[in-house]
Amino acid sequence: MRTSIAAKILFASFIALALFLMVLPTLIVFPMSVGTSNYLEFPPKGFTLDWFVAYFGDEEWMGATWFSLKVACATTLAATAIGTMASIALVRGRLPGKSLIYALTLSPMIIPHIVIAVALYLFFAPLRLTGNFYGFLIAHTLLAVPFVVLTVSAALQRFDPMLELAAQSCGANSIQTFYHVMLPGIVPGVAAGAVFAFLTSFDEATVAFFISGLEGKTITRKMFEDIDFNLTPIIAAVSTVIVGASLLLMTAVHFLQNRQRG
Amino acid sequence: MSIKEPHNAGRSDSRILYGAGMSWSLILPWLGLLVVGFAYPVFKLLSGSFFDDGFTLVHYQRAVTEPLYTAVLLRTLRIALIVTVCALLVGYPIAYAISKLVRPWSMVVAACVLIPFWTSILVRSYAWIVLLQRKGLINTLLIDLGVTSEPLRLLYTEFAVILAMTHVLLPFLILPVYGALKTIPADLPMAAYNLGATPIKVFWKVVFPLSLPGVFAGCLITFILALGFYITPALVGGPNSLMMATLIGQQTTQVLNWPFAGALATILLITTVVLAVMFRTLLAKNRGFSSGI
Repeated sequence: MRTSIAAKILFASFIALALFLMVLPTLIVFPMSVGTSNYLEFPPKGFTLDWFVAYFGDEEWMGATWFSLKVACATTLAATAIGTMASIALVRGRLPGKSLIYALTLSPMIIPHIVIAVALYLFFAPLRLTGNFYGFLIAHTLLAVPFVVLTVSAALQRFDPMLELAAQSCGANSIQTFYHVMLPGIVPGVAAGAVFAFLTSFDEATVAFFISGLEGKTITRKMFEDIDFNLTPIIAAVSTVIVGASLLLMTAVHFLQNRQRG
Repeated sequence: MSIKEPHNAGRSDSRILYGAGMSWSLILPWLGLLVVGFAYPVFKLLSGSFFDDGFTLVHYQRAVTEPLYTAVLLRTLRIALIVTVCALLVGYPIAYAISKLVRPWSMVVAACVLIPFWTSILVRSYAWIVLLQRKGLINTLLIDLGVTSEPLRLLYTEFAVILAMTHVLLPFLILPVYGALKTIPADLPMAAYNLGATPIKVFWKVVFPLSLPGVFAGCLITFILALGFYITPALVGGPNSLMMATLIGQQTTQVLNWPFAGALATILLITTVVLAVMFRTLLAKNRGFSSGI
């Protein structure tokens, strides 16, 4: 019996250590961002908000942040609309070769992003779409739609098609049925898909690295450059802002999905 | 991340509410984007690798014969394999713990898995640079513990790449393994206990074999993602830990040898697609298993 208790304690400490190492990289950016030292130092000394001030005051950082936000918002709208339509067709529609279309739909998630990045870079460069808002919109919508299709088609499968059928037999046309019956039923799934689309775009680094230009540059590309060339604590401040925002968004998704299930 | 097919694929039942015309017009924008923004550019990149004043395989020959490039190919495979094994050794016990613990502890462990999952890859690469540098937390700890007297060179090494990649990919292994462990009916280990099996025997003879579909699926997705990893190895690795994705990037933007980049991309893509098809087959088996009991 004693050995099994010892084994349990050993197992529990292993799990605790592993979990600590898993969250450590996320957690250290918070103290790093308020330390006074100019170079990398952990644990940091002192307390200052200078790095946040520097971030919000820097033209290039702000430019990249706004560009990323604009691209992410446009991607969210485009991907949610395109993805929801595609999900309705895939779940409720009459299409030949559905499983092939479904596999194709998910393929941008599985194909290595470096391949998509290089392919789009070579495709966009002669069309002057690198560093361009519309280039990013195309690339990020492509990457985001699979996530929307996953969440929306899951929501549609849980939604009773009889309700739509009832609406249609009461004389509602397809658009009325969609807005008044189907959409209210699947809205948590659509909203979750929209948040995933936003995060996919805002967080996306590999494709953004290749299709960014001197002017049109995302925050991920700017972070990559700064981490690679001049490691300033501003990166910790930026990281803190990003981590805070994405944890908030993901918690929102979590509640949305629970509501859908409940 | 679960990959599900619509349950009604190909079946004609009450779920089909839209005719072919309506269905096609709903899916057309997405198919258009897939062709213009994905299939065509990728096809162009790949097909470009076969031509150089007429059909040629010279770029593939170069990729698999020049020692510089074969070293990168082999290193990519080796690192992806090591990362997968590390993720399994650390991730399986964590998945097991989540499946065994009761609320609120299971929620705490799950949160510890999901928080890094939701943290930007750039933030995490930056954090590892902070932790692994000469005067970083890990070196300070090693010196304080007396493991070493001089700070070790940890950053920009293969070790840093493996550590940071394992960290990024762990959730992709934990989630499918947890999914498989959750589908094991509680009466099976119970029956084994009642027949007098020890906890270790119950685990190795009952629980572990039943979780294997999840283990295979998790390992495959981890391996696939590790093969094509770009950001993390580029930031925490050095010239001696150059991986395939970084090489493709260099050939595209610095060397400007696009056919060769295309050849490397084709090799990476084919490997990935073969593994992904295996992944789907396994997933289908997994589903059959859970519904068969």
